[in-house]
Amino acid sequence: METKARETAMIEWLRDADEGLARARATGKPVLLDFSAAPM
Amino acid sequence: MARFIPVKAHIKEQPQTFERFKALWTPTQLVLDTDGTERHRIEGFLPVEDFLAQLEQGLARLAFEHKDYEQAEQAFRGVCERRPRAGVAAEACYWAGVSAYKATNAPDPLRATAKLLRERYPESEWTRKASVWAK
Repeated sequence: METKARETAMIEWLRDADEGLARARATGKPVLLDFSAAPM
Repeated sequence: MARFIPVKAHIKEQPQTFERFKALWTPTQLVLDTDGTERHRIEGFLPVEDFLAQLEQGLARLAFEHKDYEQAEQAFRGVCERRPRAGVAAEACYWAGVSAYKATNAPDPLRATAKLLRERYPESEWTRKASVWAK
């Protein structure tokens, strides 16, 4: 679990879908949009 | 994850994002094209292997939607062959066959896909869908 938590923490999640889409357009990469209700 | 721009929306902080993208349940993940078009949706918790297979399936779907059928076949085939126990594997095999057909217009990949599905996943609905190609 500790390893998973560390791997998750390494991902730099954006918090704004429009910012993500702007970056997607700039880089050509798709957006992975994660909807969560888990404690942050 | 390097192949995506990762964005997280929390139900308490961004309920408007849930509404905008019609997220009905958590966890849900969407693969969005660069113009914001939804290409793949994952709803509900999945174990790691299944989740990774779904992400690869999303990338494969993206290539298919862009009519890059060779890339799509490669990506679907990757899920089909490297993650054969994932819940999405039979579907990936099906779409690998469709992608190969779209790339070549030759029916052989469809027949081969029907055979592969019948052997590996006899109970899958994707095997039943492919059964029409087995003639």
